[in-house]
Amino acid sequence: MKVFGQKPTPSAWFGLVVVAIFLIVAVFTPWLAPYPESANVGGTWDEPSAAMWLGADQIGRDMLTRIMYGSRMTIGVALAITALSFVIGIVLGFISAVVGGWVDIFFTRLVDVMLSIPGLIFALIILGVFGSSIPVLILTIAVLDSTRVFRLARALGMNLSVMEYVEAARLRGEGLWWVISREILPNAWAPLVSEFGLRFCFNFLFIAGLSFLGLGIQPPYADLGGMVRENAAAINFGMMAPIYPATAIALLTVSVNLVVDWMLSIDARPSGAQAEL
Amino acid sequence: MLRLIVNRLLLGLLTLFAVSVLIFVCTEILPGDVASAVLGQGATPEALVIFRKELGLDVPAYLRYWNWFVGALQGDLGVAMTNKRVIVDEVMPRLGNTLFLAAYAALIAIPLAVGLGIFSAINEGRISDRLSNIVTLIAISLPEFFIAYLLIILMAVNVDWFPSLSTVSPGMPIAERIYQSTLPAITLTLLVAAHMLRMTRSSVLAVMSTPYVEMAFLKGARRQRVITRHALPNAAAPIITVVALNLAYLVVGVVVIEAVFVYPGLGQLMVDAVSKRDVPVIQACGLVFAMVFVLLNTLADVLVILVNPRLRHKR
Repeated sequence: MKVFGQKPTPSAWFGLVVVAIFLIVAVFTPWLAPYPESANVGGTWDEPSAAMWLGADQIGRDMLTRIMYGSRMTIGVALAITALSFVIGIVLGFISAVVGGWVDIFFTRLVDVMLSIPGLIFALIILGVFGSSIPVLILTIAVLDSTRVFRLARALGMNLSVMEYVEAARLRGEGLWWVISREILPNAWAPLVSEFGLRFCFNFLFIAGLSFLGLGIQPPYADLGGMVRENAAAINFGMMAPIYPATAIALLTVSVNLVVDWMLSIDARPSGAQAEL
Repeated sequence: MLRLIVNRLLLGLLTLFAVSVLIFVCTEILPGDVASAVLGQGATPEALVIFRKELGLDVPAYLRYWNWFVGALQGDLGVAMTNKRVIVDEVMPRLGNTLFLAAYAALIAIPLAVGLGIFSAINEGRISDRLSNIVTLIAISLPEFFIAYLLIILMAVNVDWFPSLSTVSPGMPIAERIYQSTLPAITLTLLVAAHMLRMTRSSVLAVMSTPYVEMAFLKGARRQRVITRHALPNAAAPIITVVALNLAYLVVGVVVIEAVFVYPGLGQLMVDAVSKRDVPVIQACGLVFAMVFVLLNTLADVLVILVNPRLRHKR
């Protein structure tokens, strides 16, 4: 079987299948989950059993159900962040590359300064001032993340904007928007798609990390990072409760990375070429 | 070369200044202001006025920035909003703890990662290289707390080698301190070593595919000699950059690790401040973290200039 016209390697197969399962679960959670989202169906940290495959969480809710709803939440938020970050990054990056001049200098310098503050610290500062709510989280992380997308998009745009066909489009009088959306974007797809996978992973881990610190998605919403935090105390009794949601996070990010790794290797670049990334 | 270094240092200072402005601006872009955000919608106008005065919000923003900036230069980061403590006194010992943990992890991680990275690059395509490729890819994609909890289960719960919480106090003997912070240090090592290893490998490989290395092979130099005399000196610059980037990550990435192990570092202080929305403390911690980050990056660039064989001779 072929995916994207290529034959996946075994590790890529693993990644593709796991990502597909996560997406299906995230979309159809309410129909697939064995119990309602916040029903107490057992005791605190019940052992896994036939009725509750992964046991119960700190207040007796079914762990598997919580993980499914948590995945839905965390994946949804991370996708929203990545999508927004790509829209901001690509639009500004291409505008910078095509327009040049002081617009380019302004955005590049701004990105340089933003990147010289570590992302997590930057996010903490903003969350500390604005308080943590889902819209604030999405907007903050998307803006922070768009700096990286901006750099990639600008570099791609720089290479493409000197092509003859872009020149031709400009000479026949097309506007900035046409040049960006019809001439440059279609030719920049391939690297942007694999970057999307990597940024998604990064944002997924980022939001899980923030929730783990208690500063991300707030209860009563189930989300994977927050679940690790809530169940952390179980570890002192030698119970696996926080490991399950953490494994769900790890499984998804590893799988996306395996897929991206395979997609990058399709380009069949010489092995040294990755160094410049 | 001296000029390059001085330029880089000046650029570093400029970046620090820009960063401090950005941090300050971030706390100013609220609709309304900090006072109304912290007190919430139920606040009476009188309370708002008093609170604004207390925070100095009745002064224009540029003046407040200037006072804050000049204060920070003189080692005065202000007073915490919630418990009225002097921030510098809280930040300094915690920064020391954080740097201790980061240095501990770095001492294990750097030799390990750079050594294995070079090893895997000169054995490109063999089983050991492919294995390390998969293992490091997985290690990079794992969340920090996943590794941390796995280690706790393995080394603190199953076998009682290390404590699962690292309690570090000021007067502690150094050996006890090292013992207490071993688990967080191993976690950090696993996190950064994987990334460093991959980057080291790819930068050695990039040098190995250059024409002058091929030339050295073609003229009959032994593999050993080509690697140590031709490839490695030129691969040093990118490796140093990667190491410094990861050191910076160590200092910052500890935030989550500190939370897992309840390690009394700067990250914990900042997270606490964020959940209490104590803006002066957040600003101070943010500034200190950003300073360490910029400092390490500047240091890396200076080192890169120093080790670059091409810059050693006057043109």
